[in-house]
Amino acid sequence: MTPLAITASTLTSALGAGRAATLAALRAQRTGLAPLRFESLPLATWTGEVDGVDDVALPAGTAEFECRNNRLAWLGLQQDGFRDAVEAARARWGAGRIGVFLGTSTSGLLETEHAYRRRRPDGALPDDFRYGPTQNTYSLGAFVARALGLTGPAWVVSTACSSSAKVFGNAARLIEAGLIDAAVVGGVDSLCLTTLYGFNSLELLSGDICRPWDAARNGLSIGEAAAFALVERDTAAPQGWLLGVGESNDGHHMSTPHPEGLGAIAAMRAALADAGLQAHDIDYINLHGTATPSNDAAEDHAVAQVFGTATPCSSTKGATGHTLGAAGGVEALIAMLAIENDLMPAGLNRREPDPSLVLNYLTDNRTAPVRRVLSNSFGFGGSNASLVLGGVR
Amino acid sequence: MTKEATGLTLWVQGIGLVGPGLTSWASAREVLAGTRPHVSAPTVLAPPLRLPPAERRRAGAAVKLALAIADEAVAQAGIDPATLATVFASSSGEGINCHALCETLATPAPMVSPTRFTNSVHNAAAGCWHIAVASRAASTSLCAHDGSFGAGLLEAATSVRLSGEPMLLVASDSPYPEPLHATRPLPDHFGCALLLAPAPNAHTLASFTLTLDTSGDAATACDSASLDALRRAIPAAAALPLLAALAGAPLHAPLVIDYLPQLRLRIALA
Repeated sequence: MTPLAITASTLTSALGAGRAATLAALRAQRTGLAPLRFESLPLATWTGEVDGVDDVALPAGTAEFECRNNRLAWLGLQQDGFRDAVEAARARWGAGRIGVFLGTSTSGLLETEHAYRRRRPDGALPDDFRYGPTQNTYSLGAFVARALGLTGPAWVVSTACSSSAKVFGNAARLIEAGLIDAAVVGGVDSLCLTTLYGFNSLELLSGDICRPWDAARNGLSIGEAAAFALVERDTAAPQGWLLGVGESNDGHHMSTPHPEGLGAIAAMRAALADAGLQAHDIDYINLHGTATPSNDAAEDHAVAQVFGTATPCSSTKGATGHTLGAAGGVEALIAMLAIENDLMPAGLNRREPDPSLVLNYLTDNRTAPVRRVLSNSFGFGGSNASLVLGGVR
Repeated sequence: MTKEATGLTLWVQGIGLVGPGLTSWASAREVLAGTRPHVSAPTVLAPPLRLPPAERRRAGAAVKLALAIADEAVAQAGIDPATLATVFASSSGEGINCHALCETLATPAPMVSPTRFTNSVHNAAAGCWHIAVASRAASTSLCAHDGSFGAGLLEAATSVRLSGEPMLLVASDSPYPEPLHATRPLPDHFGCALLLAPAPNAHTLASFTLTLDTSGDAATACDSASLDALRRAIPAAAALPLLAALAGAPLHAPLVIDYLPQLRLRIALA
């Protein structure tokens, strides 16, 4: 692909609101995970909950979109001068020439879960329940487009945990085809009962803090996050560059990765080919690294097939939790922070290395030149996406 | 500098269709062309024979619908689905599944079915298709509420032009049961699949060029009142004017397909 300029970005997760708070937490090797507080649910697990989401007031003219997911989106959009950057892009290109491509897995489904507890005697949902602006998967895209005043092509990708990595590809393609000149990409996912009880039913939730690449890892910790990037056809002052996108499917199983990571290998190779790079051009790999036994084993094998075992890598989900549909966006922007600050962030919470895993997994921060990062995102349904990001050239 | 788009030209090599009174593309062509009346009848969903027996039993309506239309389009194109990239566009996923999960989660001590949770992802149909045809090709599942067909067509068209490879677009919607149905009243299942290619071959059925339309012109209506009612009621049925034109129905004006409130898709048939 033609390298695509990333001109602004912002991320909000359990590590804090905005890039500076995220970088400070990464530098301090501090986790945002804590024993579950959300709705006082009786589940023994840890979550990466974002503080203050329910105190966020949506902007004027967007009241119909009220739900935790859109509140988290708005909290995220207000950080790092992101709205100003979008406003400048809107003035430059025109509102209709800027696309909105975002990822989510559960959108505003928490509203529906709550509404089902308030059904009327005849079984109907309460009158204040609004399906389209909350539960529908596109709610996030419609809200962000409205809040930012953008009228270009828009949609929401929902491919489980690869969603907000894949949207970088959507934007790159539409810009390449000349349909738009810029796009807001990223993802937002927020805590809800479906994912907490759902992953619990699959015995994929850890009762402990998640421990990617640990010998005794036993599942994930769910997080929530909002991540946004502004990509543009050209710019005088890029923050960084999207160099390659690789997408594939496992075609194997709905909820278990291919044991040899064949789909993951295809996605990583496609991303490198799209970037016109070789494996040795990558300085650091941000792993999908959910801390389930099967994900980390399959991913370890897959990465080793493509990169060998020397490239430094880590999963930052021990810090943020698995933010599901937002994870691809969050980790792409952590990759940007890594590049800008020559910081390879540690994989937190590992106690005992798993002798069957062979990658050069970092358990302490490393300061070293980081020019290019590969970020992996793999999801249910066998959906895989890998991104290659690079620094200012 | 803004780069002007010249339009995305695509060749259609296969079409799949299932909807009320529309049992397949092959059987519905005359209805769509306007030479036979549309007689509405509840959509019939065939069992997904491509899936192994266990998955076939678990498959819900949304998966059955998507796999049926995908199969019909692929069969016409005579293409190996194991190498075929896909775009799945849907306003919602498996409605009955979502309802069952929300009902369970409203109880004091929820016991969620792991199968229901796994199949609750928006990309369940895409995942099933790629498992069924053993394909590791790329796949995107997306949603733009009532504009989901337009979003899927735009993503597929762009991908086909840039990759130079054919792609399967599967646009489908299934209704929710009550009480969600009252808040999102989709009357029945409807789906259409288009096998889109960057160049003609022996299987080519038609060709068209897609552009974005910001003129504010209304979307093209279907001549048949009952087909037009479907077009307005089910997001995936926004494809009906295009399908009618592909079936040979006369066009009275440029073909415009609904997408977003301020943005439609203009389609020029070759």
